[in-house]
Amino acid sequence: MGELSRMWREMPSRYRMEGRKCENCSRVYFPPRDICPVCHRDSIGKMKPVDIAGNGEIISYTVVHETPPAFIRQKPYVLAIIKLDEGPMITGQIVDSEPEEIKMGSRVKSVFRRISEDGKSGVIHYGYKFTLDK
Amino acid sequence: MPYMQSSRKKLFLVRKLSKGVYIIGSGEAKYGELWDRSLREIAVEAGLKAVESAGIRTKDLGAIYMGNSLGGDISMQEHLSALMSDHAGIASEFVPSVRVEASTASGAAAFREAYLGIKSGEYEIAMVGGAEKMTELYGSEIIDITSSIIDREWEAFTGATPAALAAISARKYMADFNVPREILAHISVNDHANASLNENAHFRNKISLEQALNATPIAEPLNLMDCAPLSDGASSLILASENYVKEHGIEGVKIMGSAMSQGEFALHSRKSLYTVEPTRIAAETALKQAGIGIKDISMVEIHDSYSIYGLMALEDLGFAKKGNAREIVENGIGIDGNLPVNPSGGLKAKGFPYGASGVGQIVEAYNQLKNKAGKRQVKNARYAMTHSQAGSGAASIVHILGVE
Amino acid sequence: MSGIVSYGSYIPKYRVKPDEIARVWGEDPENIKNGIFILSKSVPSPDEDTATISVEAARNALRRGGMSGQEIGSIYVGSESHPYAVKPTATIVSAAIGADFKMFAADYEFACKAGTAGMQNVLGMVDAGMIKYGMAIGADTSQGAPGDVLEYSASAGGTAMIIGRERVAAEIKSTLSVTSDTPDFWRREGQPYPTHGERFTGEPAYFRHVTNAAKMMMERMQTKPEDYDYAVFHQPNGKFPTRAAKVLGFQEKQYKEGLLTPVIGNTYSASMMTGLSAILDAAKPGDRILAVSFGSGAGSDAFHIEVTEEIEELHKRNVTTVRKMLEDVKFVDYAIYAKFKKKIVFGEEVE
Repeated sequence: MGELSRMWREMPSRYRMEGRKCENCSRVYFPPRDICPVCHRDSIGKMKPVDIAGNGEIISYTVVHETPPAFIRQKPYVLAIIKLDEGPMITGQIVDSEPEEIKMGSRVKSVFRRISEDGKSGVIHYGYKFTLDK
Repeated sequence: MPYMQSSRKKLFLVRKLSKGVYIIGSGEAKYGELWDRSLREIAVEAGLKAVESAGIRTKDLGAIYMGNSLGGDISMQEHLSALMSDHAGIASEFVPSVRVEASTASGAAAFREAYLGIKSGEYEIAMVGGAEKMTELYGSEIIDITSSIIDREWEAFTGATPAALAAISARKYMADFNVPREILAHISVNDHANASLNENAHFRNKISLEQALNATPIAEPLNLMDCAPLSDGASSLILASENYVKEHGIEGVKIMGSAMSQGEFALHSRKSLYTVEPTRIAAETALKQAGIGIKDISMVEIHDSYSIYGLMALEDLGFAKKGNAREIVENGIGIDGNLPVNPSGGLKAKGFPYGASGVGQIVEAYNQLKNKAGKRQVKNARYAMTHSQAGSGAASIVHILGVE
Repeated sequence: MSGIVSYGSYIPKYRVKPDEIARVWGEDPENIKNGIFILSKSVPSPDEDTATISVEAARNALRRGGMSGQEIGSIYVGSESHPYAVKPTATIVSAAIGADFKMFAADYEFACKAGTAGMQNVLGMVDAGMIKYGMAIGADTSQGAPGDVLEYSASAGGTAMIIGRERVAAEIKSTLSVTSDTPDFWRREGQPYPTHGERFTGEPAYFRHVTNAAKMMMERMQTKPEDYDYAVFHQPNGKFPTRAAKVLGFQEKQYKEGLLTPVIGNTYSASMMTGLSAILDAAKPGDRILAVSFGSGAGSDAFHIEVTEEIEELHKRNVTTVRKMLEDVKFVDYAIYAKFKKKIVFGEEVE
């Protein structure tokens, strides 16, 4: 009862934050999109892979106390919406910091972490989280 | 054949278009932790009560629309429309039946589909059911399952939950407009006060502002009292065409406006963390259809799955400017207040069975407009607005009901 | 001459002190501190493992070298704590750095010297002209059984070395290995914690292999201890490497830069490599380094390294140094440590 292909196909974006750039308007999207919501049909075939550096700023955040099973050892954890330097906003955890250290406007950088796993014998899912960039 | 032009300038073939669509009956199974009752039992109870209240027989139904969000994950049961139809004893009538899913707005979406089905002239009478069993699972698994209503791959995967996203909106809102937690807490205090008068509500206890402020944190700055509970429940309504109502001399409640709007799925994709654009657009459209203004609304049922969403809804629906919902709250949102908000008890206290809530809100509006709301009757209720939101605000459905 | 083109390390932020561990198991912390000279050890977060540590180290190495993952022709990850028994860590690293599909990759295991075995392997491939640049990583989130003496030292960290023939910052003038079948420390398949031969791990294992490999290298290169600016040895605790250094005739100023165990514990496959990484952070052109790893079971890999002017280019890059990683830390108590290290067992369905 594991999840393989669903996780595997997202690896370029989860592992190294590969986004998409609309070559019609130059806007960058992360998570990746196949169609630019600004250019619509003019973007078909023009959404090219682009690497996101993983640096950005916290727009808002929460300290999560009621967590799904995957995150129970990290409880409470900080979850934030981050504005990446390339433009898009994304959701991600802020790790290795106490909640008191987090502020709206704090600079963050991406790190590679374990996100969840399919039980003790299943596949481990890795992806991006963030740490404060001091 | 006559043709009519819609507002979106597309041509539709029209046959026997029903001028008006009316609600003629409602039924509800109590909301709460119904350990001894199954999904099918509560759905059937609500449906049959509605049939009874409308004074029709199940063989009169042209169609059944079931709103349900998470039956597949929680009860491992899909195709609730078939389950409901069969166990309500309607299978032998071979009535068309379909489940409608729009996460936490599933009930309102099912209602709107029934409305459109009658308005199109296809059906004279339709049943809407909303049902959800939220309490079948133990442990934190349910938090993962309820996170299906947000973007699984790019929100929930990273540790986001519905409460976490609401909290992110709340922190930004409170900071940008300098709004203290007390204002959020008022939404929940009001819900509990109203629910204490509603025998179908999940919670019948009143809470103090202090209790609301000092509850266990769930996702800071939101605590347990800012969050609607996991409730089981079912609500049902019977809708009929104008012809049917006139022929049978029924005094129904008219559906004066029905609008849905869909925006970006993930919170991080939206321009604002505290503006639900679909709510604004749906409200504007529904009011235009109804031909009334926001000031004409006698009472509103808002989707306050989290207290912050209550404030955001009051603004996006048009009752206050962005950042000013506190004025509405401070001017009184009780049953006798300036703007009665959630006389049913709202999602926080009447309860929050995902697929049922959108129908339940309309059940309340119907009963209020029929002057059948008992102790929690809003005086001189003439126009009621109901607002149901999907997830963190990806979609909103607004209805306006009225009595002539 | 081929050698180290760039390097990068990663040490988790959390630390636990021996006083905390001793408090739980009824030991005298002073005995531990004096006995193995460990004042704190690194602890991985619950969301860190050998793969995540390898990726962070690899990214630091690429950043420092100003290179892209596409330029890396081989990846070898040495560890005794690969997250999978079957399924490579190297593939996770290669995907995370965006390496090419056409790529040599494998995981290595040789207790604490699997990372340096990878360095030798990559060096051979570079010299054979099979690849332009290759990456060797030593990384571990090692386990010590609760209450065992290993629990005071077994820690987490990783270092990646990029080896090539162009833009070499530290030439590997020579490398050699010694190998014998010596069961000083092992972990059987399926067992959660390793077993060790206590005092047997000393003379017949660590000291025999490390000192002989060092002597053989100096013989081969016709050098004496005073010819080296730095010496770094595998660091299972704070005592063994200093004793080995003294036995061989090295002075404190030569080995103190690379001696990290007293503050981060034994990072196993990353131990000597991270010490070398700290030395490269401080080294000047012309500096000579003798580096000797040790892997239980047993063997040692020795390297004679000479720093070039390219090192100054690497120092200009804004990449975290090992010393910097030692500053920004958070101490946890045993309970949090036990939770982080998953020593507190939940039901199967929970995680």
